[in-house]
Amino acid sequence: MVTTPLLPSDYLDLVGPLRAGADLRGRIEAVHPETGDAATVVIRPGRDWRGHTAGQYVRIGVDVDGTRLWRAYSITSPTDRRDGRITITVKAVRDGKVSNHLIRRATPGTLVRLEQPTGDFVLPPSAPAKVLFLTAGSGITPVMGMLRDIDFDDVVMVHCAPKPQDVIFRGELRDLVAVGKLRLTEVHTAADGRLDIARLDELVPDWAERETWACGPAGLLDAAEDHWAGHGVRERLRTERFRPVTAVVGEGGDGVDGGEVTFSTTGRTVAADGTTPLLAVGEEAGVLMPSGCRMGICFGCVTPLRAGAVRDLRTGEITEAEPGVLIQTCVSAAAGPCDIER
Amino acid sequence: MTAIDPTAHLTAEQIEELGRELDAIRDEVIAGRGEKDAAYIRRVISAQRKLELASRGVLLFSIFPPAWLLGTAGLSVAKIIENMEIGHNVLHGQWDWMRDPKIHSTTWEWDHVSPSEQWKHSHNELHHTYTNVIGKDNDLGYGIMRVDEDQKWHPFHLGQPLWNLVNACFFEYGIAAYDLELGKNLHRSRRKDPEFRARARAVGRKIRKQALKDYVVHPLLSGPSFPTTLAATFTANLVRNIWSHSVIMCGHFPEGVQVFERRSIEGETRGQWYLRQMMGSANISGSRAMHFMTGNLSHQIEHHLFPDLPSNRYAEVAVKVRALFEKYELEYVTGPLPKQVFSAWRKVFRLSLPNRKREVTTRDRERELVAA
Ligand SMILES: Cc1cc2nc3c(=O)[nH]c(=O)nc-3n(C[C@H](O)[C@H](O)[C@H](O)COP(=O)(O)OP(=O)(O)OC[C@H]3O[C@@H](n4cnc5c(N)ncnc54)[C@H](O)[C@@H]3O)c2cc1C
Ligand code: FES
Repeated sequence: MVTTPLLPSDYLDLVGPLRAGADLRGRIEAVHPETGDAATVVIRPGRDWRGHTAGQYVRIGVDVDGTRLWRAYSITSPTDRRDGRITITVKAVRDGKVSNHLIRRATPGTLVRLEQPTGDFVLPPSAPAKVLFLTAGSGITPVMGMLRDIDFDDVVMVHCAPKPQDVIFRGELRDLVAVGKLRLTEVHTAADGRLDIARLDELVPDWAERETWACGPAGLLDAAEDHWAGHGVRERLRTERFRPVTAVVGEGGDGVDGGEVTFSTTGRTVAADGTTPLLAVGEEAGVLMPSGCRMGICFGCVTPLRAGAVRDLRTGEITEAEPGVLIQTCVSAAAGPCDIER
Repeated sequence: MTAIDPTAHLTAEQIEELGRELDAIRDEVIAGRGEKDAAYIRRVISAQRKLELASRGVLLFSIFPPAWLLGTAGLSVAKIIENMEIGHNVLHGQWDWMRDPKIHSTTWEWDHVSPSEQWKHSHNELHHTYTNVIGKDNDLGYGIMRVDEDQKWHPFHLGQPLWNLVNACFFEYGIAAYDLELGKNLHRSRRKDPEFRARARAVGRKIRKQALKDYVVHPLLSGPSFPTTLAATFTANLVRNIWSHSVIMCGHFPEGVQVFERRSIEGETRGQWYLRQMMGSANISGSRAMHFMTGNLSHQIEHHLFPDLPSNRYAEVAVKVRALFEKYELEYVTGPLPKQVFSAWRKVFRLSLPNRKREVTTRDRERELVAA
């Protein structure tokens, strides 16, 4: 009544963006380089931050060139960090908007939006006796969060990176090895080529007995899933993917027609092809599209489909509009004209 | 006025070329939008909120005349900025590209009795699409005034200087009534229409909230200063109404601005649409502060060409647009605020009477053309 049409929080945000009760935000406090193309970002989360479990990720909304972009990053700090700060560790993706911005341009003091941490790529309440971490590139991040969180009795890590200097957290890993807390095998793919999953027998003879957490590019994870399944120990393997499983339809866009997409709440209509996720189509058109993982796992993007049909980019399946039909915009593309309630 | 078509010298090909050149100006701004623009609007919003808070704070002691003056002036300015540079422009979607849900056309609600949703429909969809088309664009005289010779005279128009004055003082209510299309919808047959009733209720709720805040809650908070704070908020709303009414009158009513026949927009091309916006709008010249306080509607021509470009860019766009006016030998209607306001008012007075001699109107011209 005092502040209509605004809310009192709109005024309080002017002075206390991190206060309890505000939309969850964080303030970037520092950016430390890790390798030539990766950096760790220290963030002070808002008062309502609930705390994470090692291995989880946080969805973060960063303003890049004035436009808010949401991405997911695994939390690399331990859960009991004294000062309450969290860290994420970002590796630059070629032409990647958010990763490059965070590594090269973000400055201390910048506010970002946060969501509460989520993800089930975590350790069970009591750590297993024998553990294997199988990681590549930036996939080391959730695992580092675990390694920093607890002392394992018996942990082996196989990590792939192009060259020794590309290994993120290299110094810290060496230290863990030196004090006998970790057994580490580095695979340098620039010299030795991609890891052949069958080599595990030689690198970690007891791999099949170990509870395994794997995170890295799709090729590695697909191979690992087959390998573990082939040996009948699939339930020992947990994987975390940073990118969606590649679309089975529209490779090269052949024969996949899109259509006019109407965002009826915003009142905008744009043409879309049959392979671009509706999430990206809407964002490009200036429509407010909620999102999270951007790969079909978090359901942060579900939106009612009011009319028309969409195609699931993972399976090729067509969903048609009916009252109550919700779609995940991050993995759905137009299959003819459609109307999305945003 | 419309007696001579000021665009007659342009060929169809030239008009499309003009359209392409305008598209290029637009694309350039869109490609260059970025961090600085985002910082600009955030700064304006933050400053406006602080000014409003401070002014309302001062008004708690409005019983003392200097506090009353200071608080009322501050609140008037804050309310103007909120409606003009922030509200109007956010609701146009000028800042949607930032994808910040706090500064987005679909979530923004403004300090105005017309709910954003309804205003967006009548303003963005109707007025901006049908700019200055008689019978289509209700902004043309708001349905209560005759602002062009081509509009038919009715004895009711005799009173239009008075209607215009009243509309200026209570402009936000005028806008709300007009967004509801009250004139049309109060007809017996329409009054019961459930959609209209829902919209009318929404306006009622908004008016209640606005009035409660400005005329009850804040005066009450001021304790012994109740009557003076009440007078202060009333004055601030009055100032804001008269100011925005004046600015908006300057956008389309001054002499030299063209109006268009319903038929003339059938099958309109992009180039022709642009041309209509160019000929149907007028600017206000002045300092940077002046542009800011008008919400950059002083760049009305540029705003009508590119309604969704960020307002802070209109000044640079204007330089290029003006060059195009020169290149295509078109009249760029502009002038200082007092001159334009005077020009608009003079028209309101003049057209309150029937056309003096039979002036040649567009309609006549078209009839001649058809005959020939
Ligand atoms: C659960 C989860 C956790 C994640 N944790 C981390 C983390 O801890 N550290 C980290 O660096 N990243 C992590 N990511 C990836 C991160 O969210 C972004 O996808 C990545 O930073 C790229 O974003 P961008 O804006 O820079 O690239 P964009 O501008 O979105 O994309 C640019 C180009 O790169 C391609 N691309 C997008 N993502 C990747 C990718 N991951 N690898 C290769 N190419 C890609 C795109 O297809 C596009 O062609 C995680 C992702 C998920 C889903
Ligand atoms: S954004 Fe996570 S499921 Fe779509």
